[in-house]
Amino acid sequence: MKTSTCFLNSCCAAAVMGLSATNLSAADLEFYFPVGVNAPAVDTIQALTDTWAAQNPQHTVKAVYAGNYEETTTKALTAANAGQPPQVAVLLSIDLFTLIEEDVVVPISDIANTPEDKEWIDGFYDGFMKDAEFEGKTYAIPFQRSTPVYYYNKDAFRAAGLDPEAPPTTWDEMIEMGKALTVKDGNGNVSQWGTRIPTLGLGGAWLFGGLVVSKGDVLTTETGIEARMDTPATVASLEFLLELSEQGVMAPGGISWGDTPKAFLEGQTASMWTSTGNLAFVEENATFDWGVGFLPGGDGPGAPIGGGNFYIFSDTTDEEREAALDFIKFMTSPENAATWSIATGYVAPRADAWETPEMKAYSERLPQALVALDQLQYAEREFATFQRAKVTQHLVDAIESVVTGNAEPAEALRAAQEGADAVLDDYK
Amino acid sequence: MNKRLPFGLAMVLLFIPCLLLGAFTHYPAFRALQNSFWNNSSSRRPSKFVGVENYQTLLQDDRLAQIMLNSTLYALGTIPLAIGLAIGMALLVNARLPGTSLMRLSFFMPTMLPMIAVANIWLFFYAPGIGLASQILGVFGLPPINFLGSTETSLISMMFVAVWKEAGLFMIFYLAALQAVPENLKDAARLEGASATRIFFNIVLPLLRPTTIFVAVNALINAFRLVDHVIVMTRGGPNNSSALLLYYIYEVTFSQRDFAYGATLTVLMVCLLGVLAAVQYWVLNRKAHYQ
Repeated sequence: MKTSTCFLNSCCAAAVMGLSATNLSAADLEFYFPVGVNAPAVDTIQALTDTWAAQNPQHTVKAVYAGNYEETTTKALTAANAGQPPQVAVLLSIDLFTLIEEDVVVPISDIANTPEDKEWIDGFYDGFMKDAEFEGKTYAIPFQRSTPVYYYNKDAFRAAGLDPEAPPTTWDEMIEMGKALTVKDGNGNVSQWGTRIPTLGLGGAWLFGGLVVSKGDVLTTETGIEARMDTPATVASLEFLLELSEQGVMAPGGISWGDTPKAFLEGQTASMWTSTGNLAFVEENATFDWGVGFLPGGDGPGAPIGGGNFYIFSDTTDEEREAALDFIKFMTSPENAATWSIATGYVAPRADAWETPEMKAYSERLPQALVALDQLQYAEREFATFQRAKVTQHLVDAIESVVTGNAEPAEALRAAQEGADAVLDDYK
Repeated sequence: MNKRLPFGLAMVLLFIPCLLLGAFTHYPAFRALQNSFWNNSSSRRPSKFVGVENYQTLLQDDRLAQIMLNSTLYALGTIPLAIGLAIGMALLVNARLPGTSLMRLSFFMPTMLPMIAVANIWLFFYAPGIGLASQILGVFGLPPINFLGSTETSLISMMFVAVWKEAGLFMIFYLAALQAVPENLKDAARLEGASATRIFFNIVLPLLRPTTIFVAVNALINAFRLVDHVIVMTRGGPNNSSALLLYYIYEVTFSQRDFAYGATLTVLMVCLLGVLAAVQYWVLNRKAHYQ
């Protein structure tokens, strides 16, 4: 009943518009999206979706909040396997190989093939496009992209006699300054740690990728079949994580991703490594003066790129694909990318978004937001291969076993490499 | 009662439950068994029959070995504790003390909350430094413990949540059983000079045995069935120290999308639960004293 009303509406609308619209054919879109940050993301997405629907009365779109990234991917794949995929979804950039292997997405460059479309695709930052491409085709369009940055409590820096405008830039400085920032209470228990780098789970593995990049190596390549877990850079990175707790700068044991922003806001730690996606949350809740810097690096700056991209599913009609592409163009338009970036802290993926008046006012009010953009040139793709979840688990196990004191870095990483190779050998 | 059901109607009545049972229990179980002998195919890897290869992987899987150990410890730790606590709480609320209805409500409260909510509440309690547990330790001048972030404490922390959640439910069963214990047996014992302890151990506890067996079967099933708190709180980490069998099946199947190995693990779990259920029914038939 509802569909037919919509259809009638769209017919009337088309008639009223004197058939001037380019998209005459109607499409009903379903759009799955995840939320991975502490921000009122659902409301913003819904508002943007409603605006697109109002501007395109011949189409309908249903925005479905599908949980966190992993749940959204599972739901989208299950729906696709059942023959009822969403037409468009925001999924992790690192799910690219899984989606290709399951044969459920269509390259966006196959749909967006006019010269204007190519120009549009070229407008996205290269750093965000690297992990959206495979075998010469563009499969995804960047939307909610982020890199981790170093958040620090300027008041704590002042209290420790450190320059609040000069956050650490190297690992050595991190340890040195971290010692000054660590505060103990009367009983000898630490009440404020120097820093906090989440080491558990996928968040831990993501940040670990940044450590490795700063040592001049990468965990993965664009082929999707290479895992470089046992290299001098990975061993050095894991040893550094261990050293942070051995030197008393970071709490021993595994550190969870989810608790980290809370611990920072509560003053349990003077600094933290977390996603720019937490900028809005920290801005809203911090009761102290805080700043953001590049991730301190081993041999130089380095960071992983993460976050989600738009994908279009393959089991769709031409009309649906066209409508989905139009929807993606709308969502990533300069104004809307700016709205989304300001609401969440995600890095707006196009240079023209940063030129909008809203974005200029935002970066003036919150200069911290510019740090991630500047850091982008030193950032590399996040760990991704075919069978990503299975392969990454080996890396996660290696990091967790070392930080919890159950294994040595070199030995754990060798085991991880063997496990990863055993999975990826099928693809070589 | 002696009137025979018409054959046609009997068939119809039989057909519906059989259809449900077949569609949602037996057919999936059969498919799981079938899948466990095939590889995990995709557009890039052709489907092929691999025989017992998945079962060989199972035997060599170090993660699985750790997880089986976790699951065993989890079951052994939570079941007796939850049952003991449930009996204690049932005795407490069954005694005619003032405020029993409030006590009953508060004991039962954790059971009414959804597991996801419970897990999120405990996530806050356990947060090192900022959580309730750390605050309490801090009052006594003790350093905060990273409950969920260290391999020594993560599983115990999960077990604690499970006991807290489950004991209230089991208390209800014991409460019902306690109220069914005939007063005249206790009166007779009292007349002969038996102490309260003696009455409990020689009269009440034996009469509670059918309840205990029922509760134990349920607790065992729950120990394998409930993994929501693992997903919310630790995702099996750190280093698999809090992963349970069903969580592993979920992860392998839906996160790693290895349906073949997921099916193999499912076969393992079904066999394991089948054996445990058979043992329990055997004990139940031999030992339980029904009135």
